[in-house]
Amino acid sequence: MISLTDFMVVSAVLFCIGLYMIVSKHNAIQILIVIELMLNAAILNLVAFGRYDRVANSGQMFALFAIVLAAATTAVALAIILNVYKRYKTIDPGKIDNLKD
Amino acid sequence: MSMVQFLFYLMSFIALASALFVAATKNLVRSIFMFFITLLALAGLYVLAMADFVAITQVVIYVGGILVLILFAFMLSGKENLNYISEQQNKFISIGKLPAILLAVLFLIVLVNVAINIHPDSLPWIQKSVAYKNYIQPDAAMTENIGVNLMTRYLLPFEAISILLMIALVGAAHLSRKEAKP
Repeated sequence: MISLTDFMVVSAVLFCIGLYMIVSKHNAIQILIVIELMLNAAILNLVAFGRYDRVANSGQMFALFAIVLAAATTAVALAIILNVYKRYKTIDPGKIDNLKD
Repeated sequence: MSMVQFLFYLMSFIALASALFVAATKNLVRSIFMFFITLLALAGLYVLAMADFVAITQVVIYVGGILVLILFAFMLSGKENLNYISEQQNKFISIGKLPAILLAVLFLIVLVNVAINIHPDSLPWIQKSVAYKNYIQPDAAMTENIGVNLMTRYLLPFEAISILLMIALVGAAHLSRKEAKP
């Protein structure tokens, strides 16, 4: 049986890789991918702890909800990125610096 | 070392290595395809945590849905985008990225310290769950239980999620609509 500490360490490392990328990258699509990576690190923790709740399945259930929410977020964020690209011809979040008017 | 432990270390090595590759590579398409590998390895980790239904959902929704959507948007956004990505200088470690590295490393230290020092296997509720045999056995079939729980105990979050999904659908369709001619 794998100890919970192992799962927590793996998920912590994944989360920190995501944190590094989210601060250092200059590309909105890559930042979107990395947000998915960090969500997955959190889901790994939910699932690992959810093993100890056989009756109510709370961990797995909220892992499923998190996956569905990530899907919804990605659809909206991609639509926003496409619109930003149409308007500014770049998807570097650091270069998008003026409002509509 | 038992087979399960070996598989766990293998899967987590694949997940971490491909995540590092996603972080290090200059090529956006390559990083998207390496992210496939990360997600599949994470699905393997979910199976090892006895959550087979979540693993299947991960493969179907993430790998089948989200990544295809990202690739689709990436291909739609045109050739200038590709050129722009190849021309940005992108060394993995440079002085401009020092704050990011510092932030990530300090966060990692904190998180790993927490993970080691709370001794998660001896938390009270986990001890109780082990004592009452309330943990998932390797041969248990949990999908039926998940379905029953989804329709009884978690019905309110389920409905809230469904409303939110519809709002997101309408919002995405509205955002990606062609603007009307003035």
